[in-house]
Amino acid sequence: MDRCLDMHIVVVGLSHKTAPVEIREKLAIPESRMSEALTRLCSYQGVREGILLSTCNRVEVYAVVDEIEGGYGRIQEFLADAHLSLSSEQLTPHLYWHQGDRAISHLFRVASSLDSMIVGESQILGQIKDAFEVALTHKSTGIILNKVVKKAISVAKRVRTETKIAEMAVSVSYAAVELAKKIFSDLSEKTVLLVGAGEMAKLAARHFIASGVRHVRVTTRNPQHGMELADRFGGTAVPFEQFREDMASADIVLVSTGAAHYLVSEDDVQRSVKQRMNRPMFLIDISVPRNIDPAVRHVDNAFLFDIDDLKARVEQNRGGRLLEAEKAEQMVVDEVGIVRQWLQSLEVTPTIMALRTKADEIKRAEVEKTLGRLANLSEPERELVEAMASSIVNKLIHNTMVTLKAEVNSSDGAAFVEAARRFFSLGDAAGSTVNGSAVESNIQSREATTPKAGAKSPDR
Amino acid sequence: MAAMFFMVTMALYFAATVSFLAYLLWPSEALSKASLGMTAFGFAAHTIALVARMVGTADVSPPGFHEALSFFSWMLILVFLAVEFRHRLHVLGSFIVPLALVSLVSAAALPETAPTLSPVFRTLWVHVTLSMLGTVGFAVAFVAGVMYLIQDGLLKSKRFNVLYSKLPALDFLDHLNQQSIVMGFPLLTLGIITGALSAEFSRGSYLSWNPEQTWALVTWVFYFAVLLGRLTVGWRAKRAAYLTIIGFAGVILTLIGVVLKGHGPVS
Repeated sequence: MDRCLDMHIVVVGLSHKTAPVEIREKLAIPESRMSEALTRLCSYQGVREGILLSTCNRVEVYAVVDEIEGGYGRIQEFLADAHLSLSSEQLTPHLYWHQGDRAISHLFRVASSLDSMIVGESQILGQIKDAFEVALTHKSTGIILNKVVKKAISVAKRVRTETKIAEMAVSVSYAAVELAKKIFSDLSEKTVLLVGAGEMAKLAARHFIASGVRHVRVTTRNPQHGMELADRFGGTAVPFEQFREDMASADIVLVSTGAAHYLVSEDDVQRSVKQRMNRPMFLIDISVPRNIDPAVRHVDNAFLFDIDDLKARVEQNRGGRLLEAEKAEQMVVDEVGIVRQWLQSLEVTPTIMALRTKADEIKRAEVEKTLGRLANLSEPERELVEAMASSIVNKLIHNTMVTLKAEVNSSDGAAFVEAARRFFSLGDAAGSTVNGSAVESNIQSREATTPKAGAKSPDR
Repeated sequence: MAAMFFMVTMALYFAATVSFLAYLLWPSEALSKASLGMTAFGFAAHTIALVARMVGTADVSPPGFHEALSFFSWMLILVFLAVEFRHRLHVLGSFIVPLALVSLVSAAALPETAPTLSPVFRTLWVHVTLSMLGTVGFAVAFVAGVMYLIQDGLLKSKRFNVLYSKLPALDFLDHLNQQSIVMGFPLLTLGIITGALSAEFSRGSYLSWNPEQTWALVTWVFYFAVLLGRLTVGWRAKRAAYLTIIGFAGVILTLIGVVLKGHGPVS
């Protein structure tokens, strides 16, 4: 019988690819309720480790569970419980479930921003770091998720440094600023109206501020969130219901909401331009689906650019960007392989066998050495020496083996296996001692370089 | 000497025009530097030609079309160099230098001294100079308008070509358009007043409703409306660009009409 740890990494969640914003925002877990949610998650039977990732584009639960199907069910229950108005049935069509390699690969892709609405944006990495910190504080993660999440962070960093994927997101917002400079020569006196809180739009808003824009107005469906954002950008919040009337005061309108319909019509823009006495307006629609009616293109002195236009502008500057995403995907595959090997090493049976083999090897070598020196021993005497060696070795490892077998199903099982491997320097198939320490030092250097303030503010 | 420098000026402006037009198509810094250099040397040669002529003729003959157009060309380049010096806006040269060249070539095609119509030379000088300065303002507004419409079209159609990258921001062009008219309009007003005065001296009536005078007044009313419209009902941006192009076309047509009819100096 194969004695292996009953531990499976699973992810259950939904993202901008599977769920509309109405569902996402209902499920989103505010920072203030994170600890309660984590406690609740870990209280489910069979959930050994858990971490929650909640951003405006995704809500995901990563967990280590005893049993896959049961684990899926409990996490789904957990998600549905989080919001009373959502039943498990309503939720199901929007959810995805992955386990094992696919779950790890999913996390790596998310961290590397390959699954983001805007591939290459950097905020998601910060959000994962935040989620991890919260989980560490609540001790909701254990040896497996700690390792996997740390690895995800290092993979994301590798992807950012070794591919040009990050440049893509940056250049899209850069392209927006560059276009704005062809409409307005001096951005410092211009006003930016940020509609919605899409990550890309916020990135663009930050670029505008860096380029001299001093007046920022923010409007979001959730007034509280709008105020927070306005604070962050040193601007003012505008009630969502009023932003169309307020649009005339904005020279640059950045729209990025999850709305599935047009928020800004041709008439709205026509009216605004008229109120502005024909001063040009620059409208950037980064939403997918689009939030500004494309017919706005026909309005004189209004310049509308959607995400494709911006991307085309970026592509024009530099081609061959898809290759970068492909490179990144390959990196994810490689890194998942490394983690898989480490996870396999955590299984009890191979560990016990490795321990056995190692002990036998030591015994054999020592016995041979000793017997070589005692040439004139009789056969029974030789057997006696060998028996003594076997007995010492067996007694030394006996407790370890018993403990490993006993702890196989405890929540610390993996830790015992890892410890045993280290104590007896059994290594692991992936050589994770080397990789692991590299990851650790990476994490440490991150913690040293990331200011706490910047790491905060979860994104919804 | 004046004639020789005049020819040198024309040659340099011609070369600069070719070079500046090429600059529109190719992203080359060397091209813009060469164009600017030729323009600057041409301007120097032109200045010498104008001074030499003034000294040579001892300022007795009244200014005719030749002088007026030559002066117009000189002023245009002066304004361009001033804007270029301040804003490093090479591409403006691609529009203004050809205009200055056309004006200079037209000047060359016309006889150097106009028939004397009036003994009141001094008033006439002032009148012609002011009117021409006003026209220079409208010419720059026209160029800004053309550039505005091109940039507007490129942005709307999302054609990000070499020209797009060289043309300045829309609001800069709109501002240049406005400033040019703000400067040009009072000068034209003064030009019209001095013109009326000189007409009174020479013909005994301020206003004789001859075609030039009528058109001058129409022009004045038109630009007044353009300015007023900008301030009150938002005739700016694209509309201002169209209006200034139409306005300047009117000014040019008037000039051509006056020249062809063989009337006296612009009045």
